[in-house]
Amino acid sequence: MSIISMRKMAARQSGTIARVKGGGEVGLRIREMGLTPGAAIVIVGRAPLNDPVHIKLYGHSLTLRNNEADHIMVEVAAAPSGAEGAE
Amino acid sequence: MSGDKRIVIGLAGNPNAGKTSLFNKLTGLRAHVGNYPGVTVEQKWGELSHRGRTIKVVDLPGTYSLNSYSLDERVARDFLINERPDLAVNVIDTTNLERNLYLTLQFLELGLPVVLAMNMMDLSSARGISINMAQLEAGLGVKAVPIVATSGKGLEALLDKALETADEPDRAWRPLKISYGPDIDEAIEVIEEQVKNSTLPARKMPARWLAVKCLEGDPAVGELFAGEASQAAVLAEGTRKRLAARLRLAADDELAGLMTDRRYGFLAGLCRAAITRTRQDVREISDAIDKILLNRLLAPVFFLAVVYGLYEFTFWASGPVVGWLESFFEFLGETAGNNMRDGLLKDLVLEGLIGGVGGVLGFAPLIAFMFIGISILEDSGYMARAAFILDRVFRAFGLHGNSVTALIVGGGIAGGCAIPGVMATRTLRDPKERIATILVAPFMTCGAKLPVFMMIANAFFSENAPAVMMGLTVFGWAAALVSAKILRIFVLPGQPAPFVLELPPYRRPTFSGVLLHAWERTWSYVKKAGAVIVGVTVVIWLMMTFPKLPEEQKAFFEGRIEASAALIENARNSEGLPPGLIEALEKEKAAIGREESSAGLRWSLAGKIGQALEPLSRLIGFDWRANIALVGGFAAKEVVLSTLGTAYAIDAGAAAEGEGLDGEETLRQRLGERLASDAAWSPLAAVSLMVFVLIYAPCFVTIVVIYREIGLKWAVFSLIGSTVYAYLICLALYQGGGIFV
Repeated sequence: MSIISMRKMAARQSGTIARVKGGGEVGLRIREMGLTPGAAIVIVGRAPLNDPVHIKLYGHSLTLRNNEADHIMVEVAAAPSGAEGAE
Repeated sequence: MSGDKRIVIGLAGNPNAGKTSLFNKLTGLRAHVGNYPGVTVEQKWGELSHRGRTIKVVDLPGTYSLNSYSLDERVARDFLINERPDLAVNVIDTTNLERNLYLTLQFLELGLPVVLAMNMMDLSSARGISINMAQLEAGLGVKAVPIVATSGKGLEALLDKALETADEPDRAWRPLKISYGPDIDEAIEVIEEQVKNSTLPARKMPARWLAVKCLEGDPAVGELFAGEASQAAVLAEGTRKRLAARLRLAADDELAGLMTDRRYGFLAGLCRAAITRTRQDVREISDAIDKILLNRLLAPVFFLAVVYGLYEFTFWASGPVVGWLESFFEFLGETAGNNMRDGLLKDLVLEGLIGGVGGVLGFAPLIAFMFIGISILEDSGYMARAAFILDRVFRAFGLHGNSVTALIVGGGIAGGCAIPGVMATRTLRDPKERIATILVAPFMTCGAKLPVFMMIANAFFSENAPAVMMGLTVFGWAAALVSAKILRIFVLPGQPAPFVLELPPYRRPTFSGVLLHAWERTWSYVKKAGAVIVGVTVVIWLMMTFPKLPEEQKAFFEGRIEASAALIENARNSEGLPPGLIEALEKEKAAIGREESSAGLRWSLAGKIGQALEPLSRLIGFDWRANIALVGGFAAKEVVLSTLGTAYAIDAGAAAEGEGLDGEETLRQRLGERLASDAAWSPLAAVSLMVFVLIYAPCFVTIVVIYREIGLKWAVFSLIGSTVYAYLICLALYQGGGIFV
């Protein structure tokens, strides 16, 4: 088990949100969409230019930018095998 | 007994929860559209009758929350607080309860009576989600009615529950108390007491809700506290700051974030108890489509194909209707021409009213079908994907993924229209990003600019004309994006708005939904344009007609026409003249008539403006004729062509029929030949003219739409700013190009 930022997650990797950093409007918007501690997520993929990231949350598709994904720390089963998901 | 009182319902819900379907099912075509007081957010409402009672349904903006960060949420919140509807009907997507109920909590914390419309029950049960309604109702203290908005199932029961709730004798708002943990709960109670001791409760907002929002650092509530000079408000703000500082220090946590987490925690517990999942929730079809359409390599290809398809559809479908409208206005013109006496009034009706209004309304079918296309793309869920694919590009220029619709529709590939483009910016939640998008959308190659470009490109770059047209489309994109960046740096600076965006599952758009959506938008365009169309066409006609030529000049032309007519008369009566002579003489007579029109245009107010501007326009390669045409182009861009035709006394009439061309094609061809052979027009000046037409002031209908969308200030900014901007670009182009050419 390790905790990494959502930006670093690879496609098809899943995990549980450990915490969301940061306040202000961005921090609030992220959480209001349901990205709160305890929620299970899966990375579906990324846009052609590697940003934004497409995830599944409660079975629904959400997208957010990499700099927003930076705020989200996710507990994953194992460290990603490569740098596939990183920029 | 309040048995015959009219009931007001605020219809609320997340975007994509089916709120629009429910609203349409409830109110049908009897919806009214207006604005919320003081803002340009659209408000729709409609009335229906249920069990002999009149129910007014007000459609609130689709939101995920009720913060005051975004305009939509502030509008919804202000409506609930200030208008105090009898209840809110909260539409819930039952396939996504956790997130949808978050908004419900916001209503319940405010204390307003809520009935939950548990929508998409068919989909959720198909996905193996079974909801224990009684448990949910007990957990939240509200009533919940299962419905399927698209088919209308459960609406009777929903309205019954709404009436029942509205008729409850005790009408006080009772905020739901959620536990946020000992620290925060204690602070809420302290602030609640302080609020009660101030004059804030007079503002109709429950004290507990004010305390909660104060702790969350809500900007609008913060302002309210700051504006409240009393000791109590100052103390409350102090309590918040101390608690926030302590949490940051102790747990490195944000107070507002923590409160959101706790709400989700509350909902997670509730959903665990109320939901049974009989199998894994999968969305096979939608996910399979996404695997292809959002594939990193293929996504741009599919996107281009979809955009191309949108244009093909629009032109294919609107072509015949545009033709009918044109014939109708031609018929109108002929009828008026045959039945009115020659004179100014006839000219006004023919050239000003029928020509001008017809020209602008002629675009209505194109716009209507463009709206149908957009509605299909939006309702199917693809538009959100397009925003996802392109966000990275748009963000680099200070725009947002959602700007994509406006720019494509505005003419992303040649032939769009800025009006639906401007109106399509409503999905942009950040006002600055929205204004920037609106201001640059008119830079695209819209359908009305095309004939002008085609004429010039063919005349000056015959073989390379297609490349020039392509170049202009690309230049339009570059100008829009770069200008957006400039605007975002100097005029509209600010942080990019958060992008956390939902990709709704693909759905097949319903026929009635798409038609209703497109109809509303088209009607809104016709209303906006219709209000000013007659006035502006008449003003522009007046400018191009008055003052009339002075008597001696008029007499000079009339003398020549009379002499020419006498010659023709003579020729008709004589015999043995070479064949074709009469035709030649007739042509000469018509040419004199066109010379008179040209001289008249030069003498008119528009002509005088054109000449007065010549010292300036010379620097970018235009003479007074082009200037008049550009003034006329403010009415509608395609008018540039016909005005240039008049200014150059081009014959686009009967003679062309033999060549199988219509009037516009002939005009384009002959005007092109005329310009290309004119020493005053170089290819560089031609490029400069095309670029100027691309960038300068949007047509007045677009200006009116901008005014209605974001206010007078920005409409004027667009009008003047775009023109000055176009001039500067052309100045650099023409003067810079002059060095090399």
